[in-house]
Amino acid sequence: MNEDKLQVAEHGHDEDIYPLSRREFLQSLGSGIVIFFAVGQVPTARGQSRGKKERPDFNAYLRIGEDGRVTCFTGKVELGQGPITSLAQTLADELDVPLESVDMVMGDTDLCPFDAGTWGSMTTPYFGPVLRAAGAEARAILIGLAAVRLKVPKDRLAVKDGVVFDKTNKSQKVTYAQLTEGKKIQKRLEQEPQIKTVGQYNLIGKPVNRLDARKKVTGEAKYTGDIRIAGMVCAKILRPPYHGAKVKSLDTSIVDKIEGAQVVRDGELIAVLHKYPDIAEKALGSLQVEYDIPKARFDDKTVFDYFVDNAGNSKVTAQGGNIESGQKLAKYMVEETYLNGYVSHAPMEPHAALAHFEDNKLTVWASTQTPFGLRRDLTRELGMSEENVRVITPFVGGGFGGKISNGQAMQAVKLAKIAKKPVQLVWTREDEFFYDTFRPAAVVKIKSGIADSGKIVSWNYDIYGMGSRGSQLFYDVPNHRTTVCRELKNGENMHTVATGPWRAPDNNTNSFARESHIDVMAARAKIDPLEFRLKNITDERFRRVLKAGADKFGWTPANKTPSGRGYGMACGFDVNVPVVLFAEVKVDERTGSIEVKRVVCAQDLGLVINPEGATIQVEGCITMGLGYALTEEVHFQGGDVIDMNFDSYELPRFSWVPKIETVLIEADESPSRGGGEPAIICMGGVLTNAVYDATGARLFQIPMTPERVRKAIASRA
Amino acid sequence: MNETISFTLNGKSVSLTTDSQRTLLWVLRTDLGLTGTKYGCGKAMCGACTVIVNDRVARSCTLPIRSIKGKNVLTIEGLAKNGKLHPIQEAFVKHDALQCGFCTPGMILNAYSLLLKNPEPTREEIIEGMEYNLCRCGAHIRIIRAIETAAQEMKGAG
Ligand code: FES
Ligand code: FES
Repeated sequence: MNEDKLQVAEHGHDEDIYPLSRREFLQSLGSGIVIFFAVGQVPTARGQSRGKKERPDFNAYLRIGEDGRVTCFTGKVELGQGPITSLAQTLADELDVPLESVDMVMGDTDLCPFDAGTWGSMTTPYFGPVLRAAGAEARAILIGLAAVRLKVPKDRLAVKDGVVFDKTNKSQKVTYAQLTEGKKIQKRLEQEPQIKTVGQYNLIGKPVNRLDARKKVTGEAKYTGDIRIAGMVCAKILRPPYHGAKVKSLDTSIVDKIEGAQVVRDGELIAVLHKYPDIAEKALGSLQVEYDIPKARFDDKTVFDYFVDNAGNSKVTAQGGNIESGQKLAKYMVEETYLNGYVSHAPMEPHAALAHFEDNKLTVWASTQTPFGLRRDLTRELGMSEENVRVITPFVGGGFGGKISNGQAMQAVKLAKIAKKPVQLVWTREDEFFYDTFRPAAVVKIKSGIADSGKIVSWNYDIYGMGSRGSQLFYDVPNHRTTVCRELKNGENMHTVATGPWRAPDNNTNSFARESHIDVMAARAKIDPLEFRLKNITDERFRRVLKAGADKFGWTPANKTPSGRGYGMACGFDVNVPVVLFAEVKVDERTGSIEVKRVVCAQDLGLVINPEGATIQVEGCITMGLGYALTEEVHFQGGDVIDMNFDSYELPRFSWVPKIETVLIEADESPSRGGGEPAIICMGGVLTNAVYDATGARLFQIPMTPERVRKAIASRA
Repeated sequence: MNETISFTLNGKSVSLTTDSQRTLLWVLRTDLGLTGTKYGCGKAMCGACTVIVNDRVARSCTLPIRSIKGKNVLTIEGLAKNGKLHPIQEAFVKHDALQCGFCTPGMILNAYSLLLKNPEPTREEIIEGMEYNLCRCGAHIRIIRAIETAAQEMKGAG
């Protein structure tokens, strides 16, 4: 059974932990059909060439073995969003084999084709078509073989469940397994094969259960921290008290006396190694260390003013028409400032890595969203060649953008190199909060004008502290300008803590600001928020989504604003997906606490491979989005991160989850788009708008903590 | 202090000698090689490390190994019997009550203890009982549904 091989490749079981390199591996495959691709030159389902041109190496995308099992090799990793299932489903459909006969080997740099990383909902749109082409090609080859074997012309053949048969005489049949037996066919995909179209699908578009579910409910699924290899030790690192702190002195004498403990230092990286991670962690407390600590420039309250007051060069990222002449057309001008703090990724699985040097080869198991990026960083850092560095990605316990940077793996590798033995490093939860690349805090200033007609005629949009993703206007505004400022006057980066992409980078904050402002304008012009949006959006795809969402929610214009009903809406656009959210909230004016009762999400994902999976993604986004809208915010003082665990950094809980309804607009003829992110981007906007509708209090800063809500209520007009 | 500790683990007796202040979580994960019990916070705040001790739910990250002497410990690895999933596990699979799966063992065992105490919980009781187990992926709705289904199934079987 191929299952064993999958196990090894995915999880590295003790017995056979080092399978062969890709080249050796391909040679050793024995009989079967292997379809190669050169990534970047792949004809995709829609004729465009997508993907990275970085490595025009051949790569095996899929193999059909003598046992009839299909193995799919992909550089994508399974973070929880379900590509292990949706990709297998895609492939099984093109090949006409049962879903259960597909094995996925993911995120192993020796076995899998180059991939830029798993993020930004890119798996379905960019990888899916390539995989479908490979599946279709393999199927065509198999039909060719069957035609010879059965002596039947190809067009009389059909396939079901991996069995090719004569349509006119069903007893004339042969299985894929029989066809591949003794054959060794390796084919490079050169032209676009005929893929299936809507109506021919068996599995695509059908709900299926996750392929990894059984392993995950039994505890069998191996994550990086679960891997054990002979001779390995566990590391715990000494976390400095402050970002930018420098070690002044270190006394290891107490720890040196602990049996089996070893202190390892590489510059600022200090760790204790021990067979048991808990003992290593305890030993850290016995290190005597002094630091030089840099001065704080700002904290979580002053950060916003600091950015604006010290803003350096800005860049115009979009503009059209002329702002000034637009303003002249305006009947009302509306000017507001929106604030959003730092948030943490906080995946339930902390970053983990296991590094093992053997002879001149390095193998790293890592919880990462970017196995190939990690390999590149390692080869650079160590001066090793790519053939000698292998990254294996076991199951990953959530990423959300936080596992794109691989700090823990670099640390583990440095420690393993010095200690000369395999080192496993799992960050503690406190490490996780400290080293996380937070979603950046940001300020958005918007000044806009509305004409008598209710049309937005000018839009000036200035961003401080983050990028412009999600700021592109889907409202038709003739005169607009967007600027981005991410550096201080002295040219330095604004942030003193590490920042990075967080599920749909920048878009959460941009959508919160824009959609709040749209509602502020609608209220000013005394127009219903839905009507105001429809007045200003002409894109048909978008309007369809808006109307479908409004229908489902049962949106009706109120006779006054705020209506007291606690209804809100917000639109967004991410990775080519238009999305709209409607919500109903209840606010306790005395305590300032918000109960989200209901959220409706409508989005157009194009062709949906696994509707159940897409619905789950929406639920996940909305649930996770409750956090950044209501509670999640990293408190800090300069480089001192104050929130270190889940007591003060509050993640959404069971009792917070509203009734969630999802509308997927049917668009089977248009390409698939990723559903892993779009729904989350509207959560800030939809809830601030709903809170306004409930109370008349407008919050210009999220998260809407009870304290902020009470303050806004106290100062409402 | 090194001590010899004996207890029952997933129906089998085990005995080991180690520092008795170490927590059950790390003894399970390292000394005993059962990695289904996860570390998520180390401070009894997330529930990833949930196990069952003498039919009661426990957070193994803060449980010193000496306190389980002579007790009965059930981890996620011990829930399926002879390859047959427990109804709660079945229901989690059926309802896709997981994404990354990292919180899943803890969720399932917490649900197990919940149903032990209260075989016919209302939806509110499920929410209340699960409130202190965290899931970052947002699988909550499905988890509630899975527990409702499991309760039904188990009632039928019992
Ligand atoms: S690891 Fe024990 S509760 Fe979080
Ligand atoms: S499924 Fe990922 S944390 Fe719950």
